[in-house]
Amino acid sequence: MSFQFTEEQIKRYSRHIILPEVGGKGQKKLLDAKVLVIGAGGLGSPSLYYLAAAGVGTLGIVDFDVVDFSNLQRQILHSTERVGMPKVESAKKTIEALNPDVKVIAFNEKIHKNNVMDIIKDFDIVLDGSDNFPTRFLINDACYFLGKPLVSAAILRFEGQLTTFDYRNKENSPCYRCLFPEPPPPGLVPSCQEAGLLGVVGGIMGTLQANEALKLILGIGEPLVGKLLVFDALHTEFNIVKLRKDKKCPLCGEKPTIKELVEYEQACDVRF
Amino acid sequence: MEKTQINRELDLRGEVCPFTFVKSKLIIEQMEPGETLRVLLDYEPSVENVPKSMREEGQEVLDVKKIGENLWEVIVRKVK
Repeated sequence: MSFQFTEEQIKRYSRHIILPEVGGKGQKKLLDAKVLVIGAGGLGSPSLYYLAAAGVGTLGIVDFDVVDFSNLQRQILHSTERVGMPKVESAKKTIEALNPDVKVIAFNEKIHKNNVMDIIKDFDIVLDGSDNFPTRFLINDACYFLGKPLVSAAILRFEGQLTTFDYRNKENSPCYRCLFPEPPPPGLVPSCQEAGLLGVVGGIMGTLQANEALKLILGIGEPLVGKLLVFDALHTEFNIVKLRKDKKCPLCGEKPTIKELVEYEQACDVRF
Repeated sequence: MEKTQINRELDLRGEVCPFTFVKSKLIIEQMEPGETLRVLLDYEPSVENVPKSMREEGQEVLDVKKIGENLWEVIVRKVK
């Protein structure tokens, strides 16, 4: 393998290059990698920021929202002066100011059945930091059909969850639907808007998502496949629950019933 | 004593830790096993640190020598 770094890159990535597990070879892998992050919010902020700092060469960001004051308690990519600005634009500015090596591809749009495959297809890894079930199911199914690794995290109140689904190796990886076959009925699970969230929980879980992505790119360590990490911020406890592949899973089971993308209703659109 | 054949040379005068090691490592990574690299250093702490880090990475340090007033050479053979 051959690589050429500028003086600035040698300094910027020196702490990576020194690591025997990374080196110049690993840093080149990072610069060549393409990671897509869904949601530039509580999870996407820290994951994008660290992936950018690490020199992941292409970062895709999907978000249709604009920066609001209520985001700033946790969404560290944004700032007070950017309230009202599209989140993808604000995220792009922060990332480009941190590391000019990163090419940001901004998708200022809502993800749905007809654009999800196109958005995901050119990326190597997908990080889900979305805030609703219909999007989570759509991303999961699209990643499954396209064979892309999906690093999924969720946060609420004082709790965070994390797992990696490696759809490059579907035989050995459970999928999101093995865990949750269908979205819960609208209104059953509160959103963070309703239930609240300690801001740092997003920081912790989003940073762990970035860690999973870096390991997948570098091919080092062990990805969190078949395991669900649960973080309890009030007691500072991490627990791991085993996830098994469900033979009856409607997506990846022996007799799958889901063979194309399914779009569920957005809970917020439902009147109740 | 037979003179070691040198495949690559790297003049790191003016460089300090950890960049002396970082730059040496980047060259070593792109060499073939068995090939040798000669590094010139004028920053004394690097004379200890570069060989130490190279050994930690599994490379073989063939020679560390003072060759002038505030000038040292380190010769490393790539193992892996």
